[in-house]
Amino acid sequence: MALVLTEEQSMLRDSARGLISDKAPVSHLRHLRDSKDPTGFSKELWQSFAEMGFAGLLVPEEFGGSGLGFVDAGVVMEEIGRTLMPSPFLATSVVATSALARGGNAAQKSEYLPKVSSGSLLATLAIDEGAKHRPLQTSLQAVRSGNGFKLSGAKALVVDGHVADLLIVAARTAGVAGEREGLTLFLVNPKARGIATERTIMVDAHNAARIEFANVEVNADSVLGEVDQAASLLDGVLDIGRGAVASEMVGLSEEVFGRTVDYLKSRKQFGKLIGEFQALQHRAAELYVDIEITRAAVMKALQALDADVAKAGAAIAVAKARAGTTATRAVQEGVQMHGGMGMTDQFDIGFFMKRARVCEELFGDANYHAEQLARAKGY
Amino acid sequence: MTDSETSAAESAELEKFRGETRAWLEANCPPEMRKPASSDTDVFWGGRNAKFSSEPQRVWFERMRDKGWTVPDWPKEYGGGGLSPAEHKVLRSEMGRIGARPPLSSFGIWMLGPALLKYGNEAQKKEHLPKIAAGLIRWCQGYSEPNAGSDLASLQTRAESDGDDFVITGQKIWTSYANYADWIFCLVRTDPAAKKHDGISFILFDMTSKGVTTKPILLISGYSPFCETFFDNVRVPKSHVVGTVNRGWDVAKYLLQHERAMISGMGERGVGRPLGQIAADSIGTDGQGRLDDSMLRGKIASFEVDEAALAACAERAVDLAKAGQAHPAFSSAMKYYGTELNKRRYEILMSAGGVDALEWESERSRQGARPRAWLRTKANSIEGGTSEVMLGIVAKRILDLPGA
Repeated sequence: MALVLTEEQSMLRDSARGLISDKAPVSHLRHLRDSKDPTGFSKELWQSFAEMGFAGLLVPEEFGGSGLGFVDAGVVMEEIGRTLMPSPFLATSVVATSALARGGNAAQKSEYLPKVSSGSLLATLAIDEGAKHRPLQTSLQAVRSGNGFKLSGAKALVVDGHVADLLIVAARTAGVAGEREGLTLFLVNPKARGIATERTIMVDAHNAARIEFANVEVNADSVLGEVDQAASLLDGVLDIGRGAVASEMVGLSEEVFGRTVDYLKSRKQFGKLIGEFQALQHRAAELYVDIEITRAAVMKALQALDADVAKAGAAIAVAKARAGTTATRAVQEGVQMHGGMGMTDQFDIGFFMKRARVCEELFGDANYHAEQLARAKGY
Repeated sequence: MTDSETSAAESAELEKFRGETRAWLEANCPPEMRKPASSDTDVFWGGRNAKFSSEPQRVWFERMRDKGWTVPDWPKEYGGGGLSPAEHKVLRSEMGRIGARPPLSSFGIWMLGPALLKYGNEAQKKEHLPKIAAGLIRWCQGYSEPNAGSDLASLQTRAESDGDDFVITGQKIWTSYANYADWIFCLVRTDPAAKKHDGISFILFDMTSKGVTTKPILLISGYSPFCETFFDNVRVPKSHVVGTVNRGWDVAKYLLQHERAMISGMGERGVGRPLGQIAADSIGTDGQGRLDDSMLRGKIASFEVDEAALAACAERAVDLAKAGQAHPAFSSAMKYYGTELNKRRYEILMSAGGVDALEWESERSRQGARPRAWLRTKANSIEGGTSEVMLGIVAKRILDLPGA
């Protein structure tokens, strides 16, 4: 498989870019933040996403979706990263959709997936509990109770958690934190009794929530996949999410870099364009190389997902780790090279720095993924 | 047919080629040739005085040569395999799968050949390319001079016109393996009055010509892969100029792109044992099987992330070139990163080896193979254009930054 976009993928990119750059430039995020928008994204834009087939991009055609692949999803994520558009695409259309499509039974799929495609259902995965992404450390308890289970515990960084219509909750039905055995995924109605949701306003002004579960009753039909055996389903779903976030970071890095290079070509000091200074030229060149290498690693990983999700783990670890370090470097250089302007809220660069920090934590940071790689290689 | 039908037919053809290639390699690549080269004699360079270091090396070379697979993507009429870029990629990945060594290493293949294919006339291609493909002639590169390193275009070696010949006088330095080479491709100044880039010609001649002498340079590794090369009134027919007289800089730059691609791939990426396991052998592991040096372990893991990412980028660079979307200066970006990464690899290997990696002369240390290789890598970011020159090229030609 060539590591370049196909003609169809280039067309997808162009149409996503057209819509997103037109309707949701960075000023769109700024407006949502400043107006303290209760939804945190534009419902109207989400309907446009659905009409263009983006909401159901990964949903199989039999459920009203476009039936496209992970490289295609990455194309859209990259465009989202360029303007930092807040969108349910990641949580609903990539992560939750993958969980439902890969783990759901026939009834679950036909109940939820058509609604994802039409843009009428928002869903999200509730996974993290501690300060860092450690999926196997899941300790939210699901205890058998009658014909179903009772959930107790808390989740953090639930993307779109305060607006979701469906929560996919990772819980422990057996074993102890750290073990692969004993994890189960549950489909939970966020309005169920015992659920307390707190929208957390985050540094990047994108949606997230903390959700507490106090003896929340769910019936046996709400299990997604097999009881106690969710670890491999979760591996795949998380890897898909990681690939998507890595794509977002590639778009973000490239946009910050483009803006920074433009600034180097227009700002004058000491009677010269600052882009004439070799100290800055070499740093810009290094960053360019970093971004190109990361772009290739991310594309490689998305292709690996399309080929076989179960075998893409190492490529995804490389991609997410690289994307994290590259985006971090890009935003730091972006602010530094913009000088005092880069420190002002009025200037957009800061938004990129803030979003990059959140993307770095989402689904595991660079250290986490390098650690996974080291373990997989046996050292 | 629609696009997708065409590509389906193409990929079926390609899968057929993959199957045949895999079977042929299985049947024809000797087991001894399926592990990485561990010493200089494991690499076959060809040439008039070439000797095979083993029977499997000879067999492997001859079988690959007979298929044209010493230069798989060159046209068949010049001794190549005539493979398409996609087939070439399949062959590389199938060779990689079994760890097959390149049958022939040669500056003729990596550097001169591509330049001749683009700039050579038909007589030059017919004369030189088949001998490169068959490993009959070993080439060296006469580029750098004592006062023309990073600023290569300021070179001073003179070629004076005398009837049908040029008469060449001057000195080259860092000429890789000049003392083993049969022929040289050389940059000479044919018009001293012109601006520095405009008076240079690219010329080929036999190293046994009267007036050529070489003197190996002892490096910090204890080896002498490079020479000083002297020309004292060396007479060369004008028909040996490649491209146009005084337009040699175009040829030189084109060849440098290939040289940089070659150097960026010099690290033994993805072959042999993972670095972490090499380190674990000498340092040991903790109760959970993790390398008993957590800081080094982290460095290795970050290195392996970058190494895998670079491999993807190298693959993508080939695909972009095939799709006509490659930036001509991208090889400078790859050269910069690949060489810096290779230096990192050897810093890790030295740290992993600790005291054992310090032995310089013993059977046990294979005559200090590791420290010598470590020191050798320090040249990677100097030869073929320093890292700083590469970054300057990226800044100027790709990013279009001012005044670079």
